[in-house]
Formats: sequence, structure tokens, C-alpha cells
Amino acid sequence: MHLTPDIGIWIGGLLTLGIFSFLYGDNPYYKFCEALFIGVSAGHWFVTLFWTVFVAKMIRNVEIGLNTFITQGFSAGMADYMHWSYIFGGILGFLMLLRLFPKIGWISRWSLAFVVGTTSGYYFITYLVSNGLRQIQRTILPLYVHGDFYTTIGNLIIIVGTFCGLTYFFFSKEHKGTFGGLARLGIWFLMITFGASFGYTVMSRMSLLIGRMDYIFGTWLGMLG
Amino acid sequence: MKSSKSKSLKEKLSLIVLILLFNFILLFSIAIAQEELIVPKDTIPPASPTNVGAFDTPNDRGRSITITWEKSKDDGTGANDVKGYEILRATEADGEYELIGSSASGAQKFTDNNVTDGKEYFYKINVTDGINYSLSFPSLPAMSKAQWFNLSRLNIFVFVVVLSFAILYFINRAKAGKKLYIRKIAGLEAVDDAVGRATEMGRKIFYIPGISDMDNMQTIAGVTILGRVAKVAAEYEARLEVPVSRSMVMVTCREVMKGAYTDAGRPDAFNEDLVYYLTDDQFGYAAAVDGLFVREKPAAIFLQGQFYAESLILAETGNSVGAIQIAGTAAPAQIPFFIAACDYTLIGEELFAASAYLSKDPKLLGSLKGQDVGKFIFLAAIVIGAILLSLGVYDISPLFSAG
Repeated sequence: MHLTPDIGIWIGGLLTLGIFSFLYGDNPYYKFCEALFIGVSAGHWFVTLFWTVFVAKMIRNVEIGLNTFITQGFSAGMADYMHWSYIFGGILGFLMLLRLFPKIGWISRWSLAFVVGTTSGYYFITYLVSNGLRQIQRTILPLYVHGDFYTTIGNLIIIVGTFCGLTYFFFSKEHKGTFGGLARLGIWFLMITFGASFGYTVMSRMSLLIGRMDYIFGTWLGMLG
Repeated sequence: MKSSKSKSLKEKLSLIVLILLFNFILLFSIAIAQEELIVPKDTIPPASPTNVGAFDTPNDRGRSITITWEKSKDDGTGANDVKGYEILRATEADGEYELIGSSASGAQKFTDNNVTDGKEYFYKINVTDGINYSLSFPSLPAMSKAQWFNLSRLNIFVFVVVLSFAILYFINRAKAGKKLYIRKIAGLEAVDDAVGRATEMGRKIFYIPGISDMDNMQTIAGVTILGRVAKVAAEYEARLEVPVSRSMVMVTCREVMKGAYTDAGRPDAFNEDLVYYLTDDQFGYAAAVDGLFVREKPAAIFLQGQFYAESLILAETGNSVGAIQIAGTAAPAQIPFFIAACDYTLIGEELFAASAYLSKDPKLLGSLKGQDVGKFIFLAAIVIGAILLSLGVYDISPLFSAG
């Protein structure tokens, strides 16, 4: 056993134990770690977003164009320097700040409406392509592949599974009779898929736990290797 | 004595002769071997590529020219010694050509993505066998420009038009008073029960709209469902709290809740502090929400939106405090955890259908029906496509290519 003299690793180890103490139940040690985590992370994110979004994207992209405008006035060459879309984003961001003034706070809804509207429109196309067209393209498979039993079975599972799974997500038709049977088969396919996904993810979480144990017993306490 | 001396001399002479003979044979063999090993230097260049063509890359936003050529006759055939092709570019046919890229042997196409729109370029292809080079004739001039339409994605446009038409048609029918059926979604049927339970027990309700921002469809769906839950909570006079991890989501949730409380005739009961920001950090947020769950012991928890690895941490803690939990997400990796730890789970598209289901708004119901038409088209395409492909008649899958 060789304890590290690194104060940073000691803090990390003690905070890790503090978060793990939640397994025993809520306690002052956990509350301290939780409050510290939230405060530090909130501050960290504020600074990160300020420098990576506001400064890096807004200020840097606009300042060259504005400098050109100030020194040379409006010129045809300005288009090469001026990133108008960032100014538009900046205006939307400024409108959000108007919430601080109750009388004109309603203007901030324009920014929200813009974000929600463009998101919906954008995803209409991307979802149609990724969840619709590509799915269909990859499901159009031969029902029988001569001399290849396993591919034939695989194709049938994909076709039947996709067909029945899609049937389950029909909302304007009652799930009864043959249609209901197909939908029930569809949910079976979904549950089997979820089960496999559950097992896979649990294994990845175990690797995270092993990583933390390695940190505590190896990096911090020096009990490994 | 004399014969013994002459015998020794003979033996020595024989040995010298043998050594000389061996050396001669050795030197002769080396000379022959060297003669055979010397490879004559290749001085014959490979045949030049022919039919060099250059044209504006189609269906793009400009600034790209595609160059094609026919392979050298020594590439794959003939001397078969081609190592690769070099692509040269000039702004005049007989101007100075500069190297802009290279391709391996067998290549017949290259895309130049470093050009200026509206400017003419000429290309030559230089084929090499590693020693010799052979230059092609220059291409005709090519000029890049942006296209208004990406025709390779025409199929997507057609599907968007068909879907939009179907959605608008059913919205109009719903608006005209036509009753549209929507099947039961168990998780959403339980909303009133969950809020009622919280009211009876005098405990809080927590609503978690995921950890993504407002540029995520699942967050938008989650916030829409919040409107309905907030309205029921206002009617029941239950305390609903919404801890969030994004500032934009906080603002939106406040607007939605304010509207819901007003609709329920209880604008006085709304307080902006019911929606509060914790942190943007994924696990910082998870730790904070877990703390809230175990200290406040809510009667009902709603987890609706985009979740990642924190899903099970939240759902399991909510389960441990005995809350009735209604979850919903379209994140395939997280649905299993919600199914395992929550009482009700909206799977995938059920999350997006929830707002129509809860509000019974004709516009949303019509939209849902229109989407079902799209699904029917997809089902038909799968069946027809698989049958046609199996019979070897026609492969319709390229019609669904994303361009």
C-alpha cells in the first residue's frame, strides 16, 4: 500500500466516497459532495459556455466584420468578413435577456418560438430520412436466399420485426384482431431488443464502476500493482 | 627417400591446382550470377490516361469540380506497372500546371474541392510506374457553381410533400369536426391518477424534462406534456416542481407552466420558482435530482424527454422512495431502464404522440393521423419491396436512398 501524496487525488478519492455514501442513504457527507458538485459544475459550465459560445462564436466572428465596417464603411468586400448569422443569433440571445424587465419580457418568447420552430422543421426532415427512409431501404430484403439458410432467417426476422414494430406505433387504429396481434408481436420484438440493450449497457456501467475502483484502490490508496 | 620427396611435391602441386581451379569456378559463378541479377532499368513510361474530363460536381453547393479519366492501358493490363495517378490543375490550357492531389492505381475519378466558383480550370492526369511519368492531354475547361436543388434528394422532397399533404388533410378534417380515433396509451391514462395521488398524500410532484436543450425534439415533446401535467396539478392544487439542466428549458418550462396554471383558472398558484435551474453538468444534475427525490419523497415523478446514462440513476432513486413514475423517451438505450424501474413508460414515438393524446387538440390529432398515413406507406413499401426483390422482378430500395 502506497498512499499518493497528490492532494488532488485525495480530494477526488474523498469526493468519490462521498457520492458512493448515497448507497447507504442520504447523509451530510453526500449532501456536501452533492452541493459542491452542483456549484462547481454550474460555475464551470457558465465559464465554458461564455468562452466557447459567446466569445468564440459571437464576438470573434463579428468583430472582424465590425472593424471593417468601422474603418472602411459599408463595402462589397465586407461579406467575406461579416458573419451575419452570428449577429442574428446574438440578437435572439439579447431578446432572451429582456425577461429581466417584466414589462417587455414577453419579447423573449420570440427567441423561444424561433428555436422551437426551427428545431421542429429541421427534425422533420432528419427523422424522416434516418427513422423512415433509411429504415425502409435496409428492410427491403429478399425473403428467401437460395442456399443460405441463416441469411434467409435473418432477413425474415428483420422484415417481420420491423413490420410488426411499426404496427405497434399506429395510434389512429385500435389494436385488436389481426392488427392487434401484429402489434403485440411487435412489442415482443421491441422488448427482446430492449433486453439485449439493457444487458449491454449494464456491462458498460460495470466498466465505469471498475474505473472508479481502480481510482480508489490504485491511484489513491496504491493497493494495486 | 627421393621418391618420397617427389611425392610430397606432387601433392603440393595438386593442392595448388585444386585451389586455383576452385577459385576460378567460384569467380566464374559469381560473374554469371551478377550477370543474371542485373535488372535493366525501366525506361518505358506507362501509357497515358485518355479522355480526361472535368465538370461541375452535380447537386452540391459549388466550389467543387469532378475530374474523370480512362485508365492507362498499363493499369491492370499491358505492363501492369502503374503505381498511381497525379492530378494537375491550371487556369489556362497551356499554362503552368500544379499538383493538387493523387489517386491510387485503378482510380478513374477525383474531386477537386478547392476551387472558386465561376473560374475556369483545366486538368491533366499524370500516370506513373514509380520511375517514369506519362502526361495526358488537358481536359476541356470546367467551372464550378452552386445548384439550387439537390436532385439526388428528390425522393425526400416527394415524401415530405406526401406526408405534409396527409397531415394537413387530416388537420382540416379534425377542425371540421370529424372525430379522429386515437388508441389508449397506458402511461398517459395514469397522469391524472399520479397527480391525484400526490394531492391526496400531500406530497410534491417532480417533472424532469430530460437533460437536453430546446434544440432537441424529445425535450420539446417533454415540455409539451408538462403543460398538461401542470394544468392537472393546478386543478388538483398539487405542488409541481421542475428542476432543469438547461437555461432555455427553464425559461420555456416557466412559460408553459404559467399558461397551464392560467388555463386551469389558477394563475395565482403559479410561482416562477417552481421551475429552477440546477446545473448543465449531466451527473451533477443527476446527483442534485437524486438528492431532491430522497429528501422530498415525491408522490409522483415524471421523466419525459431526452435522457442518457443518468436515466437509471434517476428512475431507480425515484422507485426507492415509492413514487409513482411515468417515464417517456425516444432514446433506445435508455428505454430498457425506464421499463425496468418505472410504473409506466412511453416508448419512442408514444412520447411524441402524448401531446396530441393529452390535449385532444384537433390540430395535433390530425397531425397524428397524417403520420399514420406515412407509416402505412412505409409498411406497404416493405412488403411490396421484399416480394418484388424475392421474385427478382425489381429492387425498389434505391427509391428510399437518402441521396
